Order: sequence, then structure tokens, then C-alpha cells
Amino acid sequence: MKAISNLRLIARLDVKGPDLIKGVHLEGVRKFGDPQEFARRYYKEGIDEIIYIDAVASLYGRNNLTEILRHTASDVFIPITVGGGVRSVADAQRLLLAGADKIAVNTEATKRPALISEMAEQFGSQCIVLSIQAKRQSQNKWEAYCDLGREHTGLDAIDWAIKGQELGVGEILVTSVDQEGTQNGFDVDLTRSISQAVTIPVIASGGMGQLNHLDEVIQNGSADAVAMAHIFHYGKYSVADVRDYALKANYSMRKVRIPANES
Amino acid sequence: MNHNVTIVDYGVGNLLSVARAFEHVGGKVVVTSDASIIEAADRLVLPGVGAFGHGMKELCDRGHIDAIQNFASTLRPFLGICLGMQMMMDVSQEFGRCEGLGLIAGEVMPVPLIGSDGTEHKIPHIGWSELLRTEGQSWQSTLIEDIEPGDWMYFVHSYAASPTRPENIISHCDYNGLSLTAVIQSGFHFGVQFHPEKSGAGGLKILKKFIEL
Repeated sequence: MKAISNLRLIARLDVKGPDLIKGVHLEGVRKFGDPQEFARRYYKEGIDEIIYIDAVASLYGRNNLTEILRHTASDVFIPITVGGGVRSVADAQRLLLAGADKIAVNTEATKRPALISEMAEQFGSQCIVLSIQAKRQSQNKWEAYCDLGREHTGLDAIDWAIKGQELGVGEILVTSVDQEGTQNGFDVDLTRSISQAVTIPVIASGGMGQLNHLDEVIQNGSADAVAMAHIFHYGKYSVADVRDYALKANYSMRKVRIPANES
Repeated sequence: MNHNVTIVDYGVGNLLSVARAFEHVGGKVVVTSDASIIEAADRLVLPGVGAFGHGMKELCDRGHIDAIQNFASTLRPFLGICLGMQMMMDVSQEFGRCEGLGLIAGEVMPVPLIGSDGTEHKIPHIGWSELLRTEGQSWQSTLIEDIEPGDWMYFVHSYAASPTRPENIISHCDYNGLSLTAVIQSGFHFGVQFHPEKSGAGGLKILKKFIEL
């Protein structure tokens, strides 16, 4: 059993064109408007990190987040991870220059795993997040998908996580396509299976709908960090609601003074 | 007092985050890879992420090592961040043995794989940890004067600095029962293992303090 690091609360913002979107099973259904405003608000409410995913980038072969990112990074001073459509070291470099701290890779890496080692060599492992979109196949078997959970890769999600670590990723973002957008809780078995198979931190994503969903994914899923979207974007819970709940449950984590007072 | 701050650009890491955060707190920032500008700086910041050997090689290739050491031989404020802090030490055990800048005596060692109670933990140490006051140390008149012990900062590292002289460690953090060096000081030279530019309001306070030193 590995000791759990301090829990991190992460806001995940999926972006399509100029809009923050939120869907079910990664299929976008609702637009929320300017993603920067949401990012800024979550920062002020004390979120630990932000993840931006360009939801359609890999379909169109480009990432349009550069401008959004540039603005966000000028007044949001926490780690920002960006993914979607990253196909080369040059793509990653462009996003890093616009203010990203970490780059999430998925589709292109499943086609050409060497991308991971090229990026790790150039920027360091701490900079590379492997994004795995996993669909359950049977009791303890998940397949990694790409292109918003639409395309098979033929890769077993757990084997792919292990391979990703070997190639040099520093963290793994595990999204359950089955649970995503349902608000029915995380795929705890998936999170645990991956967390136990690797030594690097695992971020659980997809399914957060109730505060007690945290308990399952942390205690039984061994998640090091939790990514949330629906509950924040729809205003069901604030960042402070989630943090207060987690602190009361005695999870070891950052305490934030609200309002986060900028000097 | 001017608020000039010069950031060393040696091709490693996200310098823009550091530059933006300094600007946000009122710093007048210059990002440069010009050795003469580095040497003449009012205040110098060495950021960086990634491998120690790679970082030192990039500094060496650009002629920055002498410039930084010359800067540091006078009474001007210096701040190393993350890898930049580790490179302030004499030597690192990362991938064999690499010489550092030697601004503070000591070495850089891997974060132990096992905590004080024998349990394994994740490496790298990623996430927010509390800055703790190291026993016998005062934070008064230091870079972290405005920080309360217990304030949270964002760390991401697999190696940690181990100064030879205990008095050079003014703050540490706890990772699974292990005490890891968080802030080092020798005179006007400071190093922080965490990322103040990514640690929200608390981190910005530290950067603000630096441009007022």
C-alpha cells in the first residue's frame, strides 16, 4: 500500500472554440461561455490546479487554446495543464510558451508512443501528463480510447499507464468515459488498478456528482488528485464546499484562506 | 528602491510563468541569456525544471556559470527556484555526480522512496505542502518573512537539497514523515524548492518580498 500524497483538487475545463463546454461521456452538450472567467473564479476560490482540454483539437489536428491560455496565465498563479491535439514537441513548446506548466498527451501518443519520451527528454517528466480515456470492457479490464472516447486504440488502459510511466510521463490523468458527465461517481476500480500499477501520481476524472464520491475514489481508488468539472461549472458545489468536505474528512491537503488574497 | 529583477534564460523551464508572477507583484523584469547583463543585475533569479546535469550543461554552454558566480560574490539578492535552487549547491547525485554552482555548501540527493514509517509514496513529490519553520531558525528579515509557518506551497521534485551546514535550511516540508529542504539561505542568497510563481497568493508574497530586498 502506497502512502497517499496530499490530495489535490483540480478543476477540469473542456474547451471547444471560444467556449467552456460540458457533456456526457465526453460528448459536449452545453456551452458555458468564456473559459478564462471560470478558471479565474476557481483560482480565487482556492482550486489547486487547472486542466484545460481542447475538446476538438485532435479531430481537427490543432490546439486552439493558446490565446485563452496566455490570458489565463497572466493572473492565475497555480499549475495549469493543457491537452488536446498535441502532436509534437513543437506543439508542446508553443503551449508552454503561452503559459502551460504541464502538457497532457493522448491521441498522438497512442499512435506514436515515442512522442512521450521526446517530450520528457526536452521538458522533463514533471511536465508530461498521460491522459487516458478508459472504457470498461469487463470486470477488471478497460480499453484506452482516443478522440473524445470515440476511437479504439486497442491498448489495455493499465498496460498503457505502465508503458507511459516507462516512457517518462510524470502523472496520469485517468478519465472514465463511462462515468464522465453522469454525476454517478468515479470508476473507482479503474482508478485503483492504475494507481497500484504505477509509482507516479494519478488524477481521477469523470463522474464527480456528490461530495461523498471523493471518499470512494480517494480511499478505495487511491487517487492522488481529483479532477472535477460538472459540479463546478453548473454551480452545484463551490471549490470551498469540496475543500471543506475533504478537510472535515481529514484528508491531508492544502488549506486555503478565502478569499485568496492577491497582493 | 528599484524593483528590478533579472531572470536567467538558459533554455530550461517555463520562464514566462516566473516573469509574469514577478510583474504581477510590481517587478520590473528582464529575461536574458546575456552573461554581462546577468553579472550586472540588481537581483538575479535562476529558475528551472528538469535534470540537474542538463541544467548545468545549458548554463555552461551559455557562459552563465562565471556570470552567476561573479554576481553572487557581491551583496546582491539571488533566488534559485526548484532546479535553480538545487544548482546552488556544490554537487548533485542525479545521474551520477554533477558539479553545481557552489553558492551554498552541500549536495542534492534523491527524495527517499520510503517514508519514516516504512510505507512507500509517490515519486516525484507533487502537490501542495506546508512550509515549516526549521528548528532554531527565524524567518525575520528573510525572503519568507511575510509567510506564516504552515502556509502551503506547490512542489514538484524528485531530488532535494541537503546543505552541509544546518543553519542554511530555514524551512522544510514534510513528505510522508520525511523532512525535505524547502528554503535555503546564506546571506542574500535564497533558494526555494517549491514554485512560488505557482503557489497562489502565498507564493506571490515571497516574490514581492524578493523585489524589496
